[in-house]
Amino acid sequence: MTKILIADYEKCTGCRLCEMVCSVNKEGFSDPTMSRIHVIKWETEGLYIPMFCQQCEEPLCAAVCPVNAIQRDDELGRLTVDRELCIGCKSCISVCSMGGIGFDKRDKKVFRCDLCDGDPTCVKYCETEALQYVDSDKVQLKKQRNAAHKLHVALKGK
Amino acid sequence: MALNRKAAFINLTTEDIEIKEIPKELREKFLGGRGIDMYLLYNHIKPGIDPLSPENVLLVSAGLLTGTPAPASSRTHVGGKSPLTGAVGSSNMGGFFGPELRFAGFDHLIITGKASKPVYLWIYNGKIEIRDASHLWGEDSITTQALIQEELADEEVKSMTIGVAGENLVRFANVRTSIKNAGGRSGMGALMGSKNLKAIAVRGNIPIEIANPQEALRNHKELIDFIQSSKYAEIMGHWGTMFIYDVTNSTGLIRTRNFQTNQLPNSEELECEEMEKYSTGVSACFGCTMHCRHKYLLKEGPMEGEYAEGPEYTTLGAFGTEVGNNRLHRALEGNHLVNKHGMDTLSTGSMISWAMELYEKGLIPDELRGDLDLRWGNMDAVLQLVDDIANRRGLGDILAEGPKRAAEKLGKDTLKYNIQVKGMSNLHSDERPTPSLALGIATSTRGADHLRSRPAIDLYHLPENVLEKIYGHEGMTSDYRDYEGKPWMVFWQECLYALVDALGICKFQTVFLSPNMPKWEEYSKTIELITGLKFTPDELMKTGERIYNLERMFNMREGFTKADDTLPDRYFEEPTPDGLDVVKGKVIDREKFEKMLEEYYTYHGWDSEGKATPETLKRLNLINEPSNML
Repeated sequence: MTKILIADYEKCTGCRLCEMVCSVNKEGFSDPTMSRIHVIKWETEGLYIPMFCQQCEEPLCAAVCPVNAIQRDDELGRLTVDRELCIGCKSCISVCSMGGIGFDKRDKKVFRCDLCDGDPTCVKYCETEALQYVDSDKVQLKKQRNAAHKLHVALKGK
Repeated sequence: MALNRKAAFINLTTEDIEIKEIPKELREKFLGGRGIDMYLLYNHIKPGIDPLSPENVLLVSAGLLTGTPAPASSRTHVGGKSPLTGAVGSSNMGGFFGPELRFAGFDHLIITGKASKPVYLWIYNGKIEIRDASHLWGEDSITTQALIQEELADEEVKSMTIGVAGENLVRFANVRTSIKNAGGRSGMGALMGSKNLKAIAVRGNIPIEIANPQEALRNHKELIDFIQSSKYAEIMGHWGTMFIYDVTNSTGLIRTRNFQTNQLPNSEELECEEMEKYSTGVSACFGCTMHCRHKYLLKEGPMEGEYAEGPEYTTLGAFGTEVGNNRLHRALEGNHLVNKHGMDTLSTGSMISWAMELYEKGLIPDELRGDLDLRWGNMDAVLQLVDDIANRRGLGDILAEGPKRAAEKLGKDTLKYNIQVKGMSNLHSDERPTPSLALGIATSTRGADHLRSRPAIDLYHLPENVLEKIYGHEGMTSDYRDYEGKPWMVFWQECLYALVDALGICKFQTVFLSPNMPKWEEYSKTIELITGLKFTPDELMKTGERIYNLERMFNMREGFTKADDTLPDRYFEEPTPDGLDVVKGKVIDREKFEKMLEEYYTYHGWDSEGKATPETLKRLNLINEPSNML
């Protein structure tokens, strides 16, 4: 069963712990620039939206890669970059409409979320569960239950 | 490595900038944040200078662990000689500025001189630029941050700013970042304003190497799980510090109508549940799992529709009980207004409630008061006065000078009504029934304050053996009304708070409001995994003690003495009129207070005049200060 990473922006507190732990886990240092996930914030409105690679089923990044460095890993439902093959042309960065790919200035190659091999670090540290890694079969029901919960509260209040 | 950040010496008069390495020996003795700031304060500030002169030094420092896998490690320390008190100026703020300062390559900024016109600093990946801020002068502390992001075309730029209060040298003006984070106490905003420095903007991506990344992450997760498993964390995450109000007000531990009583009846609206009507969710500082801040929109009044965050428990006092207001929305307005103006909420509320009591007693001349109707609970007048203080108009101009200078203008009889120690007003807690808390505000190096040494868990009636285990000392008493065992609690908390302020960790995630939080042992392990520096838990306590001693030495060099380690006379003379039977009719017993003070000095290794003995200086390796290592 494939699991997918989802965000509930209403639960996000904007703390950016996900960014810090992602960079420490993947790179061994703290630098949110090198995180695979970023919380985009409208601080003066109190609105925070976590953004990350959506692991598209029809990935444009893979389609434009001239050296076929981006491959789908069906078992984990993710896209991987073979950093040996990557020539750093950055085409994938250009075509991705979600900003899911970053460029590492150190080795001049692209980097992306690999779902930490099925145990995403960001999810483990997210206290409010704004980030969740859930079975794809259950994701719709889970969201519907959350939405229904609000309706439930409203109806009970009447 | 984790310790490769730099210190920048910035002279705003000459525009000279010098970047220096931070000696390892200095790190080992003072760690970072408040620790190194206090070292720099003692080493770089000449005795007796005017705090608002260019000779004063503004210190801005990230903690040793700021921005790394340590719990709630978002903090920035800001220091200098306090324009409010002339003693140690020291304040601490959360938010996102501290981590970004480190990503930009710096741990410490040492800012001297005075710019010839308004400027701001732009610090990006190791480079520092002094930029014109004429167009920002007069803007509030929040708008300034947005304007700088716009000007630098980068939404991720973080700024520390002052509002108009700092520009106008209000002596309790603060420094601000994000919507509500503030380095609140001791007037660091006035110091910044005196240098014509409107803001410091930071941005960068210089990685902070972690000594043992995977183990540091595992340790971090363990600590988060430990912290979040407490009931306290759950409550904080839902209500923020507002939760304290219900408990302290129903007991009778809240300073009300300045200091006339210790409980505000019919104030259910100030209890945390009322916030449900306004809160749109919670917000957190960098990397924090506790998320103790409400997000809210102001629903009416002159700021209707504006987005704000908070309030803290302290603001429920400043714009609630102290001024006799029991309506939450009015307190929320006060919260947002002081934040925009960039003023310490505690000092502002305290100064206004003092003025209200003076008005009631007929001690404010009519010509000074003007049209202000300073009757208790008149929030229109309170908010007007907030504005007047920030803009230095009329009575506000006098109150802006802080307790001692304002009393010089209003008459020497007025000072005894101001609830202050060493020239800084206290928060809204009433410490008459709680000797440990009273000793803490009397001895605090920055003046009356709860974040220097407050053993808040003394209020929880924990069994004595549990207290002895936590505090590592015998003779603890579990009744908060007792005088025995309390001096050690204050001493121990002083060391702990000095340590976490040096590490850049939030006090809400150490032993402050809950006994089940990390302390020496956990920090010892965390420091090693992140930085590679090794300290035993005992050594860390000694480091906290060293920092506190240096602050004490600074104050004594500035002329403070044992006589300043005291409380307002009202604590000794006026019994608490209200509250539960256990707290009613309480004063602080002068003789017992003196005995506590004496015992407290003994723990520090100070003589009967409160001065560190040569043996103490030797034990703490402070014998050669100032040692000019940086």
